[in-house]
Formats: sequence, C-alpha cells, structure tokens
Amino acid sequence: MKFGVVVFPGSNCDHDTHHALGTVLKQPVEFIWHQSQQVNGFDAIILPGGFSYGDYLRTGAIARFSPVMRAVEKFARGGGLVLGVCNGFQMLLEAGLLPGAVLRNHGLRFICRHVHIRVENTETPFTCAATPGQILKIPIAHSDGSYFCDEATLADLERNGQIIFRYTTSDGRPDGRDDAAGNPNGAIANIAGISNREGNVAGLMPHPERAVEAALGSADGQVIFRSMIETLVRQVGVSA
Amino acid sequence: MAVLETEIKITPEIAAEHGLTPGEYARVQKILGRDPNITELGIFSVMWSEHCSYKSSKVHLKRLPTRGAQVLQGPGENAGVVDIGDGWCAVFKIESHNHPSFVEPFQGAATGVGGILRDIFTMGARPIAVLDSLRFGPITENAGATHEEVLRNRRILDGVIRGIGSYGNCFGVPTVGGEVQFEPCYSNNPLVNALALGIAKKDQLFFASARGTGNPVIYVGAKTGRDGIHGASLLASAEFTEESQQKRPNVQVGDPFLEKLLLEACLEAMRTGAVVAIQDMGAAGLTCSTCEMASRGSTGIEIDLARVPQRETGMTPYEIMLSESQERMLLVAERGREREVLDVFKKWELDAVEIGCVTEGGLLRILDHGRLVAEIPAHPLAEEGPVYERPLAPPAARRDAPMAQFLAEGANLTENFRKLLAAPAIASKHWIIEQYDHMVRTNTLVNPEAGDAAVIRVKETNRALALSVDGNGRWCQIDPRAGAMHAVAEAARNVACSGARPIAATNCLNFGSPEKPEVMWQFSQAIDGIGEACNALGTPITGGNVSFYNETLGRSIFPTPTIGVLGLLDDASSALGLAFRSPGDAIVLLEGCPPWSAVNLLQCEFSSSEYARTLLGISAGSVPAVDLAAEKRLIDCLVALAAEKSLHSAHDLSDGGLAVTLAESSFAAHGLSADVSLEGAAPAEYALFGERGACAVVTCPPAALARVLAIAAQYGVNARAIGSVTQGDFRIQYNGQLVVAARLESLREPWATSLERALGLKQGVQ
Repeated sequence: MKFGVVVFPGSNCDHDTHHALGTVLKQPVEFIWHQSQQVNGFDAIILPGGFSYGDYLRTGAIARFSPVMRAVEKFARGGGLVLGVCNGFQMLLEAGLLPGAVLRNHGLRFICRHVHIRVENTETPFTCAATPGQILKIPIAHSDGSYFCDEATLADLERNGQIIFRYTTSDGRPDGRDDAAGNPNGAIANIAGISNREGNVAGLMPHPERAVEAALGSADGQVIFRSMIETLVRQVGVSA
Repeated sequence: MAVLETEIKITPEIAAEHGLTPGEYARVQKILGRDPNITELGIFSVMWSEHCSYKSSKVHLKRLPTRGAQVLQGPGENAGVVDIGDGWCAVFKIESHNHPSFVEPFQGAATGVGGILRDIFTMGARPIAVLDSLRFGPITENAGATHEEVLRNRRILDGVIRGIGSYGNCFGVPTVGGEVQFEPCYSNNPLVNALALGIAKKDQLFFASARGTGNPVIYVGAKTGRDGIHGASLLASAEFTEESQQKRPNVQVGDPFLEKLLLEACLEAMRTGAVVAIQDMGAAGLTCSTCEMASRGSTGIEIDLARVPQRETGMTPYEIMLSESQERMLLVAERGREREVLDVFKKWELDAVEIGCVTEGGLLRILDHGRLVAEIPAHPLAEEGPVYERPLAPPAARRDAPMAQFLAEGANLTENFRKLLAAPAIASKHWIIEQYDHMVRTNTLVNPEAGDAAVIRVKETNRALALSVDGNGRWCQIDPRAGAMHAVAEAARNVACSGARPIAATNCLNFGSPEKPEVMWQFSQAIDGIGEACNALGTPITGGNVSFYNETLGRSIFPTPTIGVLGLLDDASSALGLAFRSPGDAIVLLEGCPPWSAVNLLQCEFSSSEYARTLLGISAGSVPAVDLAAEKRLIDCLVALAAEKSLHSAHDLSDGGLAVTLAESSFAAHGLSADVSLEGAAPAEYALFGERGACAVVTCPPAALARVLAIAAQYGVNARAIGSVTQGDFRIQYNGQLVVAARLESLREPWATSLERALGLKQGVQ
C-alpha cells in the first residue's frame, strides 16, 4: 500500500501530510511532483493544503491544469482514492471531480482555529472507521472556505449521502440544531466536506493532517486516514 | 582605469539629496580617488545610509555581549545561529519594517515578514516560526489621539495584520506569537518588528562570503523592477514629514508565493553541494548583496546588469542597482557545477541567471552591456563607511506628573479590574492570532494564546524551542536602561515559564533621530541595559537591527527596544502552558525578589503601571526596580520545576499585575477559575495590579505542593501557596477582605471582545 502526496508550487501542507501518514501512522508515503504525468504504483492520492500558484486568479484554479491533475483525474475515474484537503479540496472543485465551489469566508478574513465537524456518513472510504455522528476536533486555516452549490446540487448531495462532514459545536446534536453555531465560514448547509457520488473522491476544508497527535491539540483527524487505510486493506490486491 | 562615463556631473548638492553629508561625500571621493558618477553615488548613498551602515549605532552595539558557549554565529551574518544539540542549530533574527508599514501598511508589513524569512533561509535553515512585535497609536477615543488619528490607527493595524497574515500564511510558516501595544507616540510611526526562526543541520549552514576567483555569480528569483528604490536610504533613514505618504513608491511589493518557491529551490540547490555562498537581496538589493559578499570573502565581484532579469524596460544602472524588488537572491556557485544549481531553479520555474563572477582584487565592477558603469572597492564600501560618535545628552528633567493616588477603602476593584481587562494592551489578541496560520508545519506545541512563549518542537529531535518577544516603551521612556533590562528579563522569564532554558537573544532597536542628543542618550542607555541583562541571564545577542528616525514632524516615538529570547527544551513533552489545568490545584506565587508584602510601598512605581494609565489616566513615576539576580533565580527555578514535570501551568506577572495573570490563566482554561487570598501592608490596588519583575504564578496538584516549595527554596525563590484552582467564581481576598469577586464569564467577556469592539469590526460568522 502506498500513499502519494502531490507537491504543487505553493503547496505548504505537503510535509505535514507526509509526516502524518509516514511518521505517525507508519504508512508508506511518497511525494509526487506536479509535473508528473502518471501516478502509477500509488493506492491513494492526497492533494495537500497550501497556496498552489499563490492562489492567484482563484484558489485551485491554476493547479487543476498541472500535468499531474490529468493523471489524478484518470486515477479517480478508475476508482482510486483521492482526498483533497483545503487547497486540495479547492482543486478538486475546480477540476470538476467534486461538485460546487468555495467562496470567501463570510467574515472576509483568514481564519485559523480548531473547529468541530460531525461525520454524516460512515459508509465512505474516508469515514468508515468513524462512528455515526462522531464529532471530530480538527483545525481550519483558510480565507476561501465557504462551500457553495446550487439548490439542485445540494439536494443531490443530501440524497446521495455525499455530505460527509458538517460543521457543528463541540457537543453538537445529531439533528443539526447546533451546526450553524459551529460554522466558521458561512458554508451552505454547514458543509465542511463532501465526496463524489461514487464515494472514492472526497474533499474537506479542515486539515486532518494537523490533528493526528494529541500533543498538538487533537488526534481526531486520524480517523479519516485510518478509514482510508482500512479501505485499502480490504481492497483486493493491496496488502497492509 | 577606464574613465567612467558620467551623464550627470555630481555636485555636493546632488550628494546631499542622496543623504550624504559633505564629510561623507569627501570620503567617497577619497575612496574612489575621483568624483563618483550617479550610479556610484547611488550605491554609496544606500550602503552608507543609517539603515545599512549602522553608522550612528556601531560604537554602542559593540558593548553588547555576543558570545556564548552555544553561539555559532553572532551579529554580522544574515542571522544569528545557536547550537541546540543533536547536530541541529537554530537560526533566528528580528528586523523592523516600520516606515513602510506606515506608508503602506499591508505591503510594508508583508515585505517585513518576507525580508526576515529570506535572512533565515539564506543561511540554509528552513523557517519554522514567525513572531511579531507591533506598536500602534490608540485605537480607542480618549486615549491621547484625535478622532482622525484613531481612525487611521485602526486602518494601519488592520493593514498590518492582514499583511503579516497574507505573507506568512501563503509562505507556509506559522505565525506563533508576538505582542501588540498602543501609545499615542506611535500614531504617526507604528512599529512592525518581525522575528523569524529556522532550523538547520549544524554542518549544513551557508554563509554570505564570496570565495573562489572565477566562480559564477548567479541571480535567482523575482525579476528586478523599479519598486523600493531608495527604500533603505530615503524611507528607513529619514524622519517623516507631512509628505511622507508620497513615499509610497519607495515601498516594496511582496509575493509570498514566489518566496515559497525561492525557499524550496534554495534549500534544494544548497543540497547539491555546488553553492559556495548566498545572500538575499533585501535592503539596498543588488548593491548590498554584491559588495557585502565580496567584502566578506576578501574578493571582488563583476556583474553585467544587462543579464539581470528585469520586469520593466529602460531601467538605468542606477535603478537596477538600487531596486529593492523582493524575493531575489544572489549566490555564488562552484565553477563547473553551476548546471546543477541552475537545474534546481529551472525545476521550480524560477529565473536563475549567471550575471557575473568572483574576481581578484577586491573591486565591485558593474557593467551594462559590457560598458563599465561603476567601479568601487568593495571592502571600503561595505565596511569602511562613516562611523559617528554622536553627542549624547539626557533629556531635560520631566515635569513632575501627578502620581497615582490609591483609592480609598471600599472602591469597587472588581469593576476597575473589568475595565483594566478591556484595555487594548491587556485584552485578548484572539482576533489577530486567528488571522494567522499558527499551526502549519505541525510543530506548534504551545500556541500564542496558550503560553507565555510559543513552543515549537523540532521533529527531528526530542527537543523544542521556545520564543518570546517583548518590549516596553512606556518604561523605556521613563528610564531607557531599566526599561530595556525589563524587556530582556520579561522575554527570558516568558521563555522560562514555558519550561525552556533561555539561551540567546535578538534585538530590534526602535528609536527616534540619532541626530538628537537625547535620542542617542536613550539609545546608549538602552544598550547598556540590554547588555547588562543579557550578561546576567546568559542570553547573548546574536543579531538584530537598529531602526532610527522613528519620528514624525519632529516628535520621536518612545525608545522601544524589542527583545526576542530563544529558549531550549531538552524534552519537548515538558513544555508548559499558562492555562489552569485541574480544579483543586494549588496556586503558587513565585518571587525571585523579596516577597512583595515586605516591599515598601512605591507609589511612583505604581504610577507607571497599566492600571494607573487605564484607570487613573496617569503615565508617570518610575520604572519598577530591576533585580537581575532575582530574575535569574526565578528562571532557573521555573526551568527546574518544568523539567521534572511538577507543574500544571506557569504564567509570569507582567502588564496589569497579579490579578491579570490569574485571570488569563483562568480564561485560557475554559471553566476554571482562581480563588486566592493575599496579605500585605500595601494598598489592595498595589497588591492586585502593581507590576514587578521576577514573579510568576504556577499551579501544581496538591500532592506536589511540598515538592514545588522545596525546589523553589533550593533556588532561593520565595514561594507561597496563595489559593487554588476552582470551578466557581473568580475571587481575590486581601487581608481577609473580598476585594474582587465575579463570575468568570463577566470578566472574560470584556477581555475577549474589547479589541474587536474597539476596531468597530465585530462582524462575520462566529
């Protein structure tokens, strides 16, 4: 089993993701340069956070045209696991691998803090190790993180269980009554993360790689990576 | 020598317009043995500006202690370097970007961060943390500024915060702390001091010394434009007038994305082993980097400006040499291996061009399309600039301001306490901190709100580094020597409260015009204070910068030395925060000096406190006595207690006094509070709000109390259990009387929301 962490010009959570997977979770992990034409040999791809291409033009808008993104798209269409974190999530939206877009935060400022998100669907490769309704404490760090989509898309997302994480409070109730209070950026329907309909591509604004060690304030992010590992272990042809 | 063409005949008037005095101009003529041409004049004027040459401060800076067992590199390089064990070293420095941040707050602050980051990775170190020390004019009415000034101060603060955040967040370095203070004297001259810390392998450090005749000189990074020309000489080395806003073209524009690429490319190029020397192009750009590298290497450098990547057409040699375009580096590679270096920059899609080579003979020779346009001996240009022993004179004795009168018995101290907590200097800086990514790189063990110092782990080892930056203009204005000593002591104490042993320091010296004898006296006094304190506390100065001419329309800022102290934790897991941890824990007051209850009441000291200023409108009196031996005892004691993991929290006593210290430890703990009981002969206000050095409040489980008291006694520190951590109301009794009693939330609310309310910015989703 091997994880690949793509390095774009301006990625700045690539090392953190590598550390989380390699050092903390003891998984084989390698960097993939953005000029790479293929992602052969990898079982899961992570698009890390940062400011790819300075986020000039629009977050993720230039990165999606990197050569590696064609390979990532092919990998995703073939059922490979792809996780986009923060800037990586924005790239997946720009690339059309996930529906919707992100807007500037409601407060129009960069926000870095721990937030709470509730796992809304545990039947995905990114959440299967979580318990239904589990609340995770994970940091955010972004200025463009307010997820948005049109009514029809939102209804689709709801119907297909594609909304996998919602912002909530530390003791947020499953009925969602507290979610708006925990929403840091004004995201529609308090959405923090979604998957594609097939479930093999997911993106979220919070940074799970920053929450894998208790010494840094939370290890709740581990459950997302552990879910991916469990999924890969189950898949035929991949051994732990 | 070929006669250099001069389009413009240089006169003493033109030299004066370039900021060179008649004496300095004569020196230029003597070094050259002829009149300079306009390009050469420009080069001399920036290199000999106050900002680059330290001509007024050099004679004083020599008095600072710069050596220590762990110091690998003191002042003189791009940054200081200290050994942190296990083959690793810490590289750190603080620098000012004051004037640009007033003229254009966002870009001024952003490029301040960019500049100090380059200083760090130029040495081969990866930046792992940034801290900022900021000073603004009042952001609230009735605090000594006009309505218009208040509005402008808010705009400046907002721009500076956004600028720092925008640069650091994009670059990918956590902004982990700092401090913000407000005084009317900073209304027209805010201070933006940025400190950066990096780590490198001890045997993989790089220096800026051009060696090896014939080695190629390679320009890398951003293209050169017309921005920032004369930033160092006209902006940083002159006081402000009403026309200062017109200096906006002198402010550089930053591109953090490009700097991030430059970081990765430089570190990768260094790993090839083909890089001989490297220096960033900051103040005075290409001029400074070429002549300093040649001077340090006792070599010469010859470059052709036609090869310099340019983003504008028709730039003159003068403009190219003086441009302060950001995100550029100059490096010397090993001849024959330049391809390896160039390939790395190509990979990162950065310009990298061989623009010249290292030469023998010590000359800086600048060609333009093969035509010689400047020829200056590098060493005299870089190192033999003017040095001034400017006259010193203590300021005329200040008129006696009214002293604080202690309130009569029965005054509502709880209400006063609430007001004190809402003072901008004391109030929560959460609104600011949240706009900085303080977590990226996943090393931040103690974040800016959680401890007296930020604690950053070094992943490759079991160690961690602690950093704090402190200054106190209010006290330095009254007594620059004592104020400066307090600044060093507070930074060191903060580092010790986090459990780290202070090992080295960096300083940013913000003062008015050196041409005023009173300002030079303040400077000299502050240097003496810093030197004495650094000697006593074992924290040699490894670098920093001097910022003079911080005055507008003839009014100087308070003398404001800001001190960054670096500490080392051998065991990262022993790092301490300031938050109370468990109900029932004992609260212990540690005093390196004699217990305050035994100290004679010093009304004049109380008059210089934040309480006196906020509640009584008085800013006078004297600076609390400094006792460096007491500070050292307290620091040693705190480090020993943390090392054996006896404590649950530690927080020093500083602005606002003991009551504020206790409140902050409560606020950080979510639901925990303090219930303490004090006794003494002084009025209650002094006991609660008086400010003194060498004190800290620590907590420990009741079972560990005896051990904590015993260790304190070993170190000669007075330790007294004064109460306990509770889940109830915040309570302080004094001599058996309940003097402060409130629900914690009623104290927390004004503290937590004051800054946003003051800025009129309370908006957005919470």
